[in-house]
Parts: sequence; structure tokens; C-alpha cells
Amino acid sequence: MANLTEILSAAKAITKGMGITFGEMLQPALTEAYPDGPPQFQERYRGAHVLKRDENGLEKCVACFLCAAACPSDCIYIEAAENTDQLRISGGERYAQVYNIDYNRCIFCGYCVEACPTDAITHGHDFEIASYDTSTLIYRKEKMLEAPQAGKASLAYDSQASNGTSGH
Amino acid sequence: MDFFLVSLIKIVVVFGAFMTTLAYLQWVERKVLAHIQLRLGPQRVGPHGLLQPLADVIKLATKEGLIPANVNTFFYILAPFLAVSLALISIAVIPFGPEIELFGVRTNLELTSLNIGVLLILAISSVGVYGIALGGWASNNKYSLMGGLRSSAQMISYELPMTIALATPLLVLNTLDLRQIAERQGGGWFWNWTAFSYPPLLFIAFIVFLISAFAETNRVPFDLPEAENELVAGFHTEYSSLAFAGFFMAEYANMVTITCVSTTIFLGGWHPPFPAPYSNFVPTALFWFFGGVLLFHGLTQPARRWDRFTFPAFGVISLGLGAIFLLAATVLPIIGQILLPVFWFVAKVGLLLFLFIWVRGTLPRFRYDQLMRFTWTFLFPVALGCLLLTGLGVALFG
Repeated sequence: MANLTEILSAAKAITKGMGITFGEMLQPALTEAYPDGPPQFQERYRGAHVLKRDENGLEKCVACFLCAAACPSDCIYIEAAENTDQLRISGGERYAQVYNIDYNRCIFCGYCVEACPTDAITHGHDFEIASYDTSTLIYRKEKMLEAPQAGKASLAYDSQASNGTSGH
Repeated sequence: MDFFLVSLIKIVVVFGAFMTTLAYLQWVERKVLAHIQLRLGPQRVGPHGLLQPLADVIKLATKEGLIPANVNTFFYILAPFLAVSLALISIAVIPFGPEIELFGVRTNLELTSLNIGVLLILAISSVGVYGIALGGWASNNKYSLMGGLRSSAQMISYELPMTIALATPLLVLNTLDLRQIAERQGGGWFWNWTAFSYPPLLFIAFIVFLISAFAETNRVPFDLPEAENELVAGFHTEYSSLAFAGFFMAEYANMVTITCVSTTIFLGGWHPPFPAPYSNFVPTALFWFFGGVLLFHGLTQPARRWDRFTFPAFGVISLGLGAIFLLAATVLPIIGQILLPVFWFVAKVGLLLFLFIWVRGTLPRFRYDQLMRFTWTFLFPVALGCLLLTGLGVALFG
């Protein structure tokens, strides 16, 4: 009775499939309530960039231009300046006086993050950067820089000193 | 005068409940399918998307009812009317409960008592194919025509095993009156139901009937008439607005009707699965259980922002329903005589409808040759064998 075993195996397969779908139905849904609730990200998610500070509160970026060189869409613009004893912004010799990322062009490939020797530029999780006005999509250093950690005696970040975006 | 008034009340109640069921069946279907696929389903119109059916109705009613060029206008418009009105007729002969006495008026919980109810339902479901075939033909569209043809071929083929599977319990029950059919299965345990008599013959007949019912209602896995990947939408490709809503409603109405029929004929109608004094408290227990679960879940671990309000609200409603059923089962037999049979009827129909949706979430679609081979070489002989063996059984022991 090959026919009968065929029928029975088909019935068994259907039962198994029905069991699987019923089990799945009792699992919690994976849907995120995004506009109503916070979205959930993988840690590796490549959102808008964040410029990091070191443990002393100084900027990690030493204006080496490696990120700008690695960028395939050429969206990173940097102007470097020397650290002096009076004004110390980063841990290295130089710091980025101007650090702009043009999000009209950025393709979030992550090459800048890979290229950075001091781990200064990273991808954050902010993705709500869409805008009706493209001129607002050029982010300055002040917008991307991580806030100084509370409790750390950071050298005051002098916004006057690095506010040289007029060159762009 | 009494007769007309009582009939009118019953018609209003049944029609309202039927229409609400049709609207919310679609919501339930979307929810169940969504949860099978680990999604949430409709969520944005009202709490948990509960107003979604209303939104859909408004959307469909306000759309432009397009009549394409070169269609046969008369049949093009007639088809959805035919489909939906034929689909809505059958509910009239379904009995929902026993004879009740309310304020001195005795009446049956059904719209009309017909001594050939089974035949009527079979006839109506056979005519139902005209709506689909006409719609497919009148649309002047290859896809629609293919869908209509497939649907006709499929429904005619599957009608045979369905009718034979339906004739099998009639041998045992010895009547065509749906009320008598339901009454003869009552008064005891669930093995008095037709599906469990002459085991396993009538259970096999029940399964055959269910499978054919899936095909008759054009549901997955037999939804070839509207196979999206080959026929766009099949017979209703050209339809929009309320004409489309008519076809849509007809599909769900057919589903409800066919589950009502299988409940009445195979699963004991409104009778509970075990004897009365204890089964009367099952609704209360179920409602209180679900109410408790919802309350606990909503108050302790709400997954989403509004869950802490909606889940306890539904929980309280459920607890209230449980209390009503407790009252109905103990001190208010005047409500109990309506509520308890209707509960068991609705519970069985609901389980079968859930099965329809569950299968839709599980099984893929048949290929056309598989569909035809399945019915003619498997379903039909099995149904016929069941009929013959049951006949033999009835002749020997009946």
C-alpha cells in the first residue's frame, strides 16, 4: 500500500507544518512600534556619525585626513590646526578646526570609521536626518561631537577657536 | 402579528451579527496571519486595529466604481450582486439554538425552519459559482476569464465529494431538517455528534467535507481562481469599489456559512461537548481565564505603550462576560436558554474559522493538475467509500 503510506506521510507533513505555524503564532511579534516607540538597533548599525572624546575629555580626532581620503563620496571636509599649550583641543599635535560631513553625499559605507587611526569617528544610531532643506544636511563638528562626560575635568571646549566653518 | 414581530427581531439580530462577523472575520484573519508571521497586523486604526473593518468599508465605499470599456455591463454589475446575495442567503436556515420561550412567546433560534435545509444549502452553494463565473466572463479580461473558468471547474469538481460527504451523516441522521439534525446529536457527550458516530467513517467524511469546503470557498490552498502570481486577482481583477467589496464579502460569508453547516451537521450544532450542568460553567471559566490572562499580561508586562490600558480593558470586558454567563447559567435561565447554546455554536464555528485562517497561514497553493487529481483520484473515492461503508453500517446496526 504505497498509496496509503503516501497519504499518511502527507498528513504527517501537514500536521507538522500546522504545528510550526501555531507555535510561531504564540511567539512575541518582532514588530517595532517605531514612530510610537524607540527603534531597536544592532550595535553595528551605521547611522549619523559621532566624533568621540578620549578619557581626558579631549577630542580623539587629530586631523590626519585619513577619513577624508577613504571617503568614496568625498563628503568629509577637514581644516586642521595646531594644538598649542594655551589651547589644547585634541590629544595629538593637530586637531580638526573644521570637521564637516555632507550628508547629501554620505553613503554610510563606514570606510571613514575603518580608516580612523584614533577611533575618533564612529557611526552613531541616529537615522532621522532627513530634511526638506539640503543646506541643513552639512553637519558641523559641533553637531557630531560627543558631549563632554560629566565629572571629567575636561579642558573647556572652546567653540570660538574651532568655529571656522566659513572656509567651506 | 407575533410571528412577524418575532421574525423581524430575529432577522435584525442575525443580520447584524452576521455582518459584524464578516467585517471582523477579516480583522481576525489579518491578525492571526500576522502573528503566524511574527508581525502584529492592523494596529493603527483604533486600539489593536479594532476599527480597521470600518475604515476598510469607508475606503471601499468611497472609491470610484469603475466600469471598464467593452465589458458586458449587465452581467458585470450582476455578478457581484449574485455572489454576495447567494452567499448571504444560506445563513437563514442555520439553527443557532433550541426552542426558547421568551415573555410567553415560543420560538426557534433560527430565521426559517425548512424541512429540506441541507438541500437548500447545497443548491445555493452550487448557484454561488455563477457570480464568480459571470464576473470572470463579463470583465472582458483574460485573467478574469481564466480565474472564472478555474473557479467553475474547481467548484463543480469539489461539489461532488462535498455533497457525498454531506450525504453520509444524513444516512445516520435520517432527516434533511437542520434543526432535527442538530437535535438528534444532543443530550450527552461529544461522541453523540455525527462526526464521531460509526468511527472512523463519519470522521473521515467530516475531514473530506472540510477539505471540499476549503475548495468551495476558494480559500488557500485551493485559491487558484485568484492565484496572484499567475492571474493578477482572478475573476475580480477588474472590479473596484463596492463591487469588489461584494466579492470579498461573498468569500467570507461563504466561509461562515460552510462552517455553520459543518458545525450543525457534524459537530452537534449548539450542543456542548459534555452534559449540561457542568458544561454551563465552561463559558464563565473560559472568559475568566482569558480575562485574567489579559489583566495580568497588561498590568505586569505590557509589550507596547498602549497595552497597559487596552489589555486590562479587554480583560475587564472578558471578566464581565464571564459574570454574565455565570448569571445566565445559575439564576437567570431566561437569558441562559439563549446565551449558552449560542455560545457553544459560536465557539465551534469560531474554532473552524480559525482552522480556515490557520491553514491559510500554513499551506502553499496547489498546482492546477494537483488540484484536479486530488479531488478526482483521492477525495471522491474516499467520500464514496465512506458513504457505502456507512450505508452498510446503518443497514447492519442502525
